[in-house]
Amino acid sequence: MPINDKVSSANSRWMDSDGPDADIVISSRVRVARNLAGAPFPHLLDQQKSVEVINEVKAAVENKEASDLIGSLELSLLNDLSPLERQILVDKHLISPDLLNNFQFKAVAISDDEAVSVMINEEDHLRIQCILSGLRLQEAWAIVSNVDDGLEKTLDYAFSEKLGYLTSCPTNTGTGLRASVMLHLIGLKITNQLGGVFNAISKLGLTVRGLYGEGTEAIGDLFQISNQITLGQSEEEIINNLVSMTRQILTQEQASRQALYRERREAIEDRVYRAWGTLKYARIMTLEEAMRKLSDLRLGIELKMIPGVQNKLLNELMVKIRPAFLIKTAGRELSKNQMDAARADLIRMEFER
Amino acid sequence: MLCEKCSQLPATVHVAEITNGQKQETHLCESCAKELQIHGFGFYPQMNMNSFLAGLLNYDFNSSNVNQVETIGKKCEKCGVSEEQFANKGLLGCGDCYPIFEEKMLPLLRRIHGNTRHTGKAPERTGGRARLVKEIEIIKRQLKEAISREEFERAAQLRDSIRQMGKNLEEGGEG
Repeated sequence: MPINDKVSSANSRWMDSDGPDADIVISSRVRVARNLAGAPFPHLLDQQKSVEVINEVKAAVENKEASDLIGSLELSLLNDLSPLERQILVDKHLISPDLLNNFQFKAVAISDDEAVSVMINEEDHLRIQCILSGLRLQEAWAIVSNVDDGLEKTLDYAFSEKLGYLTSCPTNTGTGLRASVMLHLIGLKITNQLGGVFNAISKLGLTVRGLYGEGTEAIGDLFQISNQITLGQSEEEIINNLVSMTRQILTQEQASRQALYRERREAIEDRVYRAWGTLKYARIMTLEEAMRKLSDLRLGIELKMIPGVQNKLLNELMVKIRPAFLIKTAGRELSKNQMDAARADLIRMEFER
Repeated sequence: MLCEKCSQLPATVHVAEITNGQKQETHLCESCAKELQIHGFGFYPQMNMNSFLAGLLNYDFNSSNVNQVETIGKKCEKCGVSEEQFANKGLLGCGDCYPIFEEKMLPLLRRIHGNTRHTGKAPERTGGRARLVKEIEIIKRQLKEAISREEFERAAQLRDSIRQMGKNLEEGGEG
């Protein structure tokens, strides 16, 4: 599937919501950082050297031994995409926001199902990521490790026996591994328990980030939890630690939802139906309001209050209602007011189907 | 001291504003400070991970060198990054920087990860000894399992391959 199709569709395989516990664990993501032994790290590369790195990785991706192992990945230069298309890849979580800085020097290779993307010349020469629906970190790590093995057939990695994989930033040294889950924690939010949960998380070497990673805001009650430490623990240990912590949070989230429904049923129903009404009839909606209402609706879907609406649609909407996709759909620049109106129109149409 | 805004939490953020030579101090708790920032009265300095790390490194430099101006650090021959550049930016220049700046790197890595020894995956082709050591560990585990299941023929095979790999390790020297 060419990159044009990927940026035209809001859907990605991970949004299908068919993974285990996908009602609360929206996605599982694993990425590793790798660098080529011969070249300076990306922040020191000029245009020509960056192109050399991109070409070297391209050859490794297209190498027969590698593609037999990992399937085909389609490589695109970020420079060949429009600013909107680049932003849509970020909105779909296929590339990191960092890949947009100095995009002339960067590239990405994405698999057909969009589960695997290999970012080239981000903070490190290679960032290999896999994103799947539901709580499937082990599977995501197996896929990433396999792609890693495939590329290593021809690429020489910067690696030290003592310190592991060598990365630009010392926070990634060792395994270069960042594993994360995106969680919908509306129950813990309403019952004011998020602080306690996040406190516990930070004591266990994990960290909470916003929807689009480091330094981004958490909106729509969505939080990303990921490992902090990359050196001294094996990949399996890091992932198992995050999985067991996620299961804990999952159990608490389910318990708080049940308690809310049992004890404050009317208030919860009111909240969900208000959201449903707003989403179906409003004419102007900011991104923040839409994300909040979609969060309430997601809770309603799980409580079986909203028949016929799937989580998959909500996952796609989270991309469609962002500015890049709205502008692309409209085919022209939109003012803030026009954008809020276009967002409300789009949501209304999606729910009328 | 309590936060001046909410009077509930201890004030941990202290802001000094100087306007026309008049100094005005504000003492806030973290959540009130954050709230103010959200409302557009931002006074947190722009912080990102790299500058934060660079700060840590500079702190190390300053504490070990009384006269920091005269510090002339090492330089990586391969990528040209100097110790000062690394300390300012918080990013290394290439794989070769690691052994060159090891003295500064190890304490920093320990601070970040609580550890300075990689125990995870090693590359198949170029992992050298690390890969072998890990493989030996895996086979040792299989050997234990084989023995507990009384599969002695398989256990003997596994034992032989461990011996062979051990020999390869020794011959490989430091690798």
